[in-house]
Amino acid sequence: MTALTLLFDVLIPVIKIAAVILFPMVMVIVLIWMERRVVAFIQGRLGPNRVGFQGLLQPIADATKLFFKEDIIPREADRLLFNLSPVLVMISSLLAFAFVPLGGPFDVMGYTIDPWIARSPVGLLLVLGLSAIGVFGIIFGGWASNSKYPLMGALRSVVQVLSYEIPLGLTVLTVVFFSRSMDLVAIVNNQKDAKVWFGFLLPFSFLIFWISGIAETNRAPFDLPEAESELVAGYHTEYSGMKFAFFYIAEYAHMVLVSSLVVLLFFGGWLPPFPNVRALAFLGVLPGFVWYLIKIMFFLYLYIWIRGTLPRYRFDALIKLVWKWLVPLALLNFVIVAVAWYLL
Amino acid sequence: MAFKEIELNMGPQHPSTHGVLRLKLRVDNEVVTSVEPVIGYLHRGMEKLWESQTYAQIVPMTDRLDYLAALSNNLGYVLAVEKLMGLEVPKRAQYIRVALVELQRLASHLAWVGFMANDIGAMSVLLYAFEDREAVLDIFEAYCGARLTVHGIRIGGVPFDLDETVAGMIRRVLDETPKKLADIEKLLNDNRIWLHRTRGVGVISAVDAVDLGLTGPALRATGVPWDIRRDLPYSSYEDFEFDVPVRTGGDVYDRYLVRLEEIRQSLRIVRQALDRLPPGPHLAKVPRLLKVPPGEVFHTIEAPKGELGFYIRANGTERPERVKMKSPSFINLQSLERMSKGYLFSDVVGILGSLDIVLGEIDK
Amino acid sequence: MLEELAEAPALKRVADALRERFGDAVLETVYERKELSFRLGARDLPAVLEFLKTGHDFNALNDMIGLDRLAPPGEGRKRFEILYQLYRFSDHRRARVVVEVGLSESVPSIVSLYGSADWAEREIFDMFGIRFEGHPDLRRIYLAEDFSGHPLRKDFPLEG
Repeated sequence: MTALTLLFDVLIPVIKIAAVILFPMVMVIVLIWMERRVVAFIQGRLGPNRVGFQGLLQPIADATKLFFKEDIIPREADRLLFNLSPVLVMISSLLAFAFVPLGGPFDVMGYTIDPWIARSPVGLLLVLGLSAIGVFGIIFGGWASNSKYPLMGALRSVVQVLSYEIPLGLTVLTVVFFSRSMDLVAIVNNQKDAKVWFGFLLPFSFLIFWISGIAETNRAPFDLPEAESELVAGYHTEYSGMKFAFFYIAEYAHMVLVSSLVVLLFFGGWLPPFPNVRALAFLGVLPGFVWYLIKIMFFLYLYIWIRGTLPRYRFDALIKLVWKWLVPLALLNFVIVAVAWYLL
Repeated sequence: MAFKEIELNMGPQHPSTHGVLRLKLRVDNEVVTSVEPVIGYLHRGMEKLWESQTYAQIVPMTDRLDYLAALSNNLGYVLAVEKLMGLEVPKRAQYIRVALVELQRLASHLAWVGFMANDIGAMSVLLYAFEDREAVLDIFEAYCGARLTVHGIRIGGVPFDLDETVAGMIRRVLDETPKKLADIEKLLNDNRIWLHRTRGVGVISAVDAVDLGLTGPALRATGVPWDIRRDLPYSSYEDFEFDVPVRTGGDVYDRYLVRLEEIRQSLRIVRQALDRLPPGPHLAKVPRLLKVPPGEVFHTIEAPKGELGFYIRANGTERPERVKMKSPSFINLQSLERMSKGYLFSDVVGILGSLDIVLGEIDK
Repeated sequence: MLEELAEAPALKRVADALRERFGDAVLETVYERKELSFRLGARDLPAVLEFLKTGHDFNALNDMIGLDRLAPPGEGRKRFEILYQLYRFSDHRRARVVVEVGLSESVPSIVSLYGSADWAEREIFDMFGIRFEGHPDLRRIYLAEDFSGHPLRKDFPLEG
């Protein structure tokens, strides 16, 4: 029995760590492929379909190519920060996944396994905080490149990310009202007990969170820090090879993270849909993880759909949107939810 | 934030300079204080080359000027030569020319809508527009075998008659394009982001526009209703009914709307040309080696990008003494600085896009 | 040729007014292929253009064309020609003003009169080496700053 305990105590954490690193990585690969294919279909093209089944291995081929590319560091660049920033960006988005549960607890051979590395009573705060560290990587990278386009991209990015943190935080608080916890697992469990997902209870919170989330990840229509028609590639213009890949992967990992958060906070995480419709109870047959994936995929698809449809905001409009609309609306939403929660 | 004025080099390698153009920008907190276009990266010395070519040999070279509207260049040059020679072109040839050139305008404007939308971040529109443009290029291919550098107009007429297959293809495009235009309009016209990026941006007054010599859609967007096709008709344009769309805002949005409406009018003209195509030869009798009587002529046409003119000085031999091309893009690019001063750096991209420049034509 | 000008009364009025106002400064008036052109000395250019612009509504400068003839036709004629293509919107008429320039002479700039002359003058300077007095920023426009020679001159070598 002790040997088995030891096995579980050592092996399981290792497997979990591997899974938590693999999960975002695999998702990123699928996401990159999905983005290119979906945008291609929206635009009446085919997209990559040569490498592997339906081109599914295209991102791996691209990554391999990037791996062997020459690593160029501009002569006047600050070498330390230039090399550090892609690492920083990568770490911040991967580390956040340590606190993101991949599903509900399940039993194996009498052992209950929790599919997360760390569960913290303030998990939500940790995830938001860790993912925000990435902005340091962006500004270091933009500044250290010693070039104008990256610098402008980095400045835009900082202003944008910091501004959108505010409505993001305010809407997260409304969820915390209802769940009375900042523990992501508890938030999902609360939605199970309440038999309603917070997204339906707090539709405005969800909308504001989602818009801010798109802006946080620098995605269209808020992709100003890397607006290719203006800033060439924004903060990572001077990067090449694997370092560029790091920025690229981190951005997509960040998208996966925001989608996971939306699902966890507003759409019941790994819970099957329609828990209170008896006729649809069979939906619970699928494991929670599958539901979780389906929901994340939906929001990732939404990202791509929006990108295929909308033009890009201009910077002043972007800032106006957050300070004149999203922040006041988030505040109002916060007050209304607080009052309603108090009265109930 | 205190941020000192920086000088920014946009191009010659930059995603949205439409070729090899370099803009020296001075930017103060992302607000543009000066723009200096640096051109000449594509300079091929066309005008010098033309001095050693025969008149007919120059026609295919004009394809390479505005490579998005090769037929318009052909027509502009050929008309100037014909005027110099006093050559009467058969009516049928004139109608076919009109149909071809209007299709070219359609293709050029579609490419423009796509590129400009892409500059503003709506990449899907680029591909939608190019899909439609592809259909037009297919027509050119069926007509004369080339798609981009077409060489589809000859001195004295057109090289081929318009047969039933080509006419059928054209009719199909005439029927399909309005639907696809509606798609593009649905995506952009009332889109708040699009309106914000284009309305009130890059405004230029009618007085300034005339002073800077702005022509074509850019001029008509400022409220000057000047269209050479209507005001100084050439190649039987007086036979066709069409409207000249005019807007008064002088901003990027109006330039966009004017061009979209021009696409519709082009379709109208092409339909009339097809329906009323007169019988007869499609090429006048022209000697193989043209000898043009001495003299000079300046003739302009309404190309998709504006007033395209050719000045030819002939000395009585088979080669011109001098051919000077008045390129609309050259003139239009000149006004970029006056249009973009005081706007944001992001707007320069949109304003440049709205001018519809082609570097092949600017650099000659 | 000038008799044909009677067909175009609007242009005839311009030609008459110009001759009346400037007298002998208008060296030659030609009407050919329905195109009216005046030949002037370079000195009189700004005054004539201003007269045409303000008095006769020729408010658009369509194009400026440079020409090199290497062997000028006749006594007292100069090597280069600069042609100003004017246009007026009111009745869609064109007029051409021609100025002859010698090898080391310069022409007064008309940028203050027509904004579109800015790049056009730079182009002629680049291609023919003709200087424009009073141009705000006379630099080469197409060719590199350190390029030597002016390609559209007839004696510019075509090879080597």
